[in-house]
Amino acid sequence: MTENCIIELKNISKTFDGDTVAVDGVNLKIRQGEFVTLLGPSGCGKTTILRMLGGFEVPTTGEILLNGKNIAELPPNERPINTVFQKYALFPNMNVYENIAFGLKLKKLPKPEVEKKVRRVLELVDLEGFEQRKITTLSGGQQQRIAIARAIVNEPQILLLDEPLGALDYKMRREMQLELLTMHKELGMTFIFVTHDQEEALTMSDRIVVLSQGKIQQVGRPEDIYHIPRNAFVADFIGETNIFHGRMTGSRQVNFLGKDFSCSEAYPAGTEVEVVIRPEAFDVCAPCTGMISGEVISCVFKGTYYEISVLDEDGKNEIMIYDKKALKPGEKTDLSVQPKNMHVMLYDTHKNHFAMERDGVLMDAYFSPWDARLSDDAEEGSLRGNIVSIIYKGDHYSYTVHTEEGDDLFVNDEYLWNTGDYVSIVIPASKIEYNRMEGEGAL
Amino acid sequence: MKLPGKAFNIIYMVFLLLLVVLPLVIVLYYAFTDGSGHFTWENFFLFFSNSRTLATLFYSLVIALITTAVALFLAYPTAYILAQRMVKNPALWLMVFVTPMWINSVLRLTALKEILSAIEGNIAYYPFLNTILGMTYDFLPFMIMPIYNSLIQIDPSLLEAASDLGARQKDTLLRVIIPLSMPGIISGVTMVFLPAMTNYVVLDMMYNGTFIMGSLIGSYFNSYDWHNGSMISAVLLLLIFVMTMVDNPKRKDVKRQKAEVTE
Repeated sequence: MTENCIIELKNISKTFDGDTVAVDGVNLKIRQGEFVTLLGPSGCGKTTILRMLGGFEVPTTGEILLNGKNIAELPPNERPINTVFQKYALFPNMNVYENIAFGLKLKKLPKPEVEKKVRRVLELVDLEGFEQRKITTLSGGQQQRIAIARAIVNEPQILLLDEPLGALDYKMRREMQLELLTMHKELGMTFIFVTHDQEEALTMSDRIVVLSQGKIQQVGRPEDIYHIPRNAFVADFIGETNIFHGRMTGSRQVNFLGKDFSCSEAYPAGTEVEVVIRPEAFDVCAPCTGMISGEVISCVFKGTYYEISVLDEDGKNEIMIYDKKALKPGEKTDLSVQPKNMHVMLYDTHKNHFAMERDGVLMDAYFSPWDARLSDDAEEGSLRGNIVSIIYKGDHYSYTVHTEEGDDLFVNDEYLWNTGDYVSIVIPASKIEYNRMEGEGAL
Repeated sequence: MKLPGKAFNIIYMVFLLLLVVLPLVIVLYYAFTDGSGHFTWENFFLFFSNSRTLATLFYSLVIALITTAVALFLAYPTAYILAQRMVKNPALWLMVFVTPMWINSVLRLTALKEILSAIEGNIAYYPFLNTILGMTYDFLPFMIMPIYNSLIQIDPSLLEAASDLGARQKDTLLRVIIPLSMPGIISGVTMVFLPAMTNYVVLDMMYNGTFIMGSLIGSYFNSYDWHNGSMISAVLLLLIFVMTMVDNPKRKDVKRQKAEVTE
């Protein structure tokens, strides 16, 4: 991998205005000719990473190595990298030819060669004969193609694409996705693509980099990201999914939804885990023949399948399944799931650390997500902040709260809140554990 | 009180007739009549055969051109610096350039005259220089504002795109920024050049002479020669009309493009 690695991000961080951390310690290697997608919700840092690769932002710390040479501080015009901008950024004062020839003319290429190259990329994006057209007379899809043509005509080593299909309608989008893939194959160029659309990422990429809150959550092939997510965030963000909280009861046996299931992952008994099961992984079977019993609460036709919600017999967990056959609401049904179709991952409970003053000493406090709850009364809890992410896990929601002190704390709560809500975290005093801070202890 | 549309139109029409159309008709009437009220071309021919009027017209043109050039030269970098937020508080700086317009121009020019007298000893030594200085000072905000407005409307991603494609700052300025701020430059030039052609106050205060069209008209009127004064006004009006027309085809082009996009 190292010998044909074209670009490497080494411990890259970016902080805006001194305190907003957009990108936090990202390490990433990208191979020559790869199609890599940076995927994540808005504000996850994907666009900031792309802008640092393009040279529009300088990383606060870290190195960007292009063929082994640090280019972190190099201005955009000195990098062999071109960008397709989100809103195309075509020059409205120039026609199609002048737009595409812009970079070539700056390189002082002879005119016949410029004309030849422009004609060739116009063919590549299927807009032959558009040379003299004004930018303002082109449709969104055509402008998109010209923006791509303008970037690739310079034959960059890396092409950056910043949500380039975001403004197109669904059908056009699907068409452009396939065209971009064909172009990628033909040109052999390295493509780095940014999107928040997980379906788009799964369709197009050789590898996907899932980002959340400025950190890489997982890097992998689309199939791996989908079937073997590394944590609940990735599982939830990539496609529809069911996440259940459980506990290992044997080395390859896990208990969730009140029952024991055998699984393919091995963890010591007693380990807290989360079980990820995709909606299409469930098998619907007649009552009393499956592992899970429940009642259908809704059934929606989705074209090639039905999206069915089933409430388990305890009435606490809502399970989403996709099946070819429709079920009637109110109908009893059983579900079963093969060990190979579920993915068991470790449940990380040791994240909720925050600093707290106790008897005049600054202590490192921590609590379990299960022991806390959220309140909209800012005075009720001891910590306050905004909800930055929500993951539905069968019988509860898992919230990430970004506190005023800058910590990200996890709270499990059975009630539904919204992203962005300002809440306080209520933790019973008896449930907080304290540790002496490392380094200087006393205030 | 709510005015119905029609009543409002009538008031507007009356204003227009009394304050715009009627004075124009009177000017044209005087321009093409002689002392006894008969129609004549004589004033028209006199304008083009009188070396004093022609010299003044030419001189006005020179002063207006230089003023416009100097104002553009000063205003463009200023507007650029403000629009690119190269200074800490661009809004405040813009205020600094625009607030002088709130003060009566005679007062402003009197102040300038005092300053120049202090520097030059006697402003009569450099009448031409002082005229240009006074005019530029008077009209600079009219050049800065439209250019600034057109510059801040340029999408910053266009500048990033230019840089991404290999342009250095100089290339971006010449190939992207200046062409895209052309509408602002054109309206700035129009707003400075035309008033500079006919300005009266600055010349009167800085030059004490009648070498510009405005003061020439004034001098005819002061000596009760309404007919020749009106003819000069009419010719100037025609000139301004022609210049505005020259400026217009481009705007039509823009409109046509917009129409094509919305189709």
